Amino acid sequence: MSDALYRELILEEYKHPKNKGSVENPTSTCTKNNTLCGDKLTITLTVSDGVVTDVKFDGIGCAISLASASLFTEHIKGKAVAEIEQMDEKVILDLLGIELNPMRMKCAVLVLRAVAGALEVK
Amino acid sequence: MNVTDDFPLLKNKPLIYLDNAATTQKPAAVINAVRKFYEEECATIHRGLYPLSINATRLYEHARERIAEFIRVPSQHIVFTSGTTDSINLVAQAVPLKKGDEILLTPHEHHANIVPWQEAAKRAGAKVVWCTLKDDLTLDLQDLKKRINKRTKVLAITQVSNVLGIVNPLKEIVAYAKDEGAFVLVDGAQAVPHMQVNVNQLGCDAYVFSGHKMYGPTGIGVLYLKDLSLEPARTGGDMINDVTAEGAEFAKNEPRRFEAGTPNMAGVFGLAACVDYLEKVGMGAIHAQEEKLLRRAWDALGSLPRVQLLGPSPDKERRAGILAFTVKGVAPHDVAEILARDGVCIRAGKHCAHPLHYQLGLAEGTNRASFALYNTDEDVDALVAGVEKVTEVFK
Ligand SMILES: Cc1ncc(COP(=O)(O)O)c(C=O)c1O
Repeated sequence: MSDALYRELILEEYKHPKNKGSVENPTSTCTKNNTLCGDKLTITLTVSDGVVTDVKFDGIGCAISLASASLFTEHIKGKAVAEIEQMDEKVILDLLGIELNPMRMKCAVLVLRAVAGALEVK
Repeated sequence: MNVTDDFPLLKNKPLIYLDNAATTQKPAAVINAVRKFYEEECATIHRGLYPLSINATRLYEHARERIAEFIRVPSQHIVFTSGTTDSINLVAQAVPLKKGDEILLTPHEHHANIVPWQEAAKRAGAKVVWCTLKDDLTLDLQDLKKRINKRTKVLAITQVSNVLGIVNPLKEIVAYAKDEGAFVLVDGAQAVPHMQVNVNQLGCDAYVFSGHKMYGPTGIGVLYLKDLSLEPARTGGDMINDVTAEGAEFAKNEPRRFEAGTPNMAGVFGLAACVDYLEKVGMGAIHAQEEKLLRRAWDALGSLPRVQLLGPSPDKERRAGILAFTVKGVAPHDVAEILARDGVCIRAGKHCAHPLHYQLGLAEGTNRASFALYNTDEDVDALVAGVEKVTEVFK
């Protein structure tokens, strides 16, 4: 049985996430919660010469937030901080390839908020 | 029981509403009473000398009597508030506490019966003490009694857990705490909608509940308060006997002592109509219907391999029509989302009971289905089919 929201891609990323865990000796880290849902993500990343050289996430959440974390961390690895800072929710939606209601949008952008938080404190 | 036609929203919208512990749908009787107030009866109470105001005052006091009868207490002890949360705040600000006093809470409490006490403890230098649960998630009564001592000034306890649906054996607990001299507040928010409640028999000092969870209007709640000499947390108009430039004399031994300001009259009239409606249907019949639905859901969901049901089986312990569960390998929000797509409304999250979820190691939350008098066997079957679909999507 399939469901438009839970497409193969999302279920695959949820079950076999990329970049799960934490970076050793990160240059910065940030945890963000989605208090209403109970999603919680911790980002650890390393910035070197203005480029995110490594990034991982850890935490708990629904399929949307974890798939989004997997895809987005993969997407930004190797990119310049300045470029990542320009990214908004549209990037996330493109990566997920689905439409989301406002409640689920919060799940999807949690990783974006956590990455932004980590880049701010670098 | 066929009452769907009594509920305009359910008649007009094909949906399977199983989030009744959050709020219930409203029968036409309630909606009409609220409309009638605004269309035909609108005036302030206690003040005007004209017929409209006199009538509103009469209806307001009549409503107080109806609600008092419904929970079996004298009407002068019924205070109208904006809801359970408001009622508990009122009490938590009124009960005198000092440094070293203890407030005993249970892991079954909703945040509404936790946070106001944590804040009261902070103000007074008192301490919040928690009792524990047994393996089947019922309260450990031995432990609860052990924690009650001369320092225990308050026991705040829910009659029915809003997550687990467990009905706590309050008579025994309240009697024990009263013997030790504690002030006992009972949170009836999840009891009043599901069963006949006799507050007089419970013997507690305060009993609180919300209109909107028992088919009544939003923004109206009830506080049964035994001791009407407590200090009112809110002051202003309506709750005074006289005010001079120097100060005020508060009303004594009357519920209006705790009802500062113009009350929610539409809410009060709607709630009185709601009580009439519930008595017509019969609380016994409602309880029996919900019990039947709970068992049907319990057996069917319980037989699905990846579903874990929380709490004791309804064969072992008394439970109201509330059922929390998890699906192995699927976050609660994903479960609720997939059900929502098929028109089945259930709740996902920690249901304003974070301490309970943390204690159970369920930081991701749980799913909760909660039943009301208008739910049917077919609603339960749709819930079960939805959860089966979840396990197929997340193979
Ligand atoms: C057991 C219990 N207590 C208190 C509350 C709070 O009720 P209200 O939000 O109506 O004040 C709820 C409902 O959410 C509840 O289930």
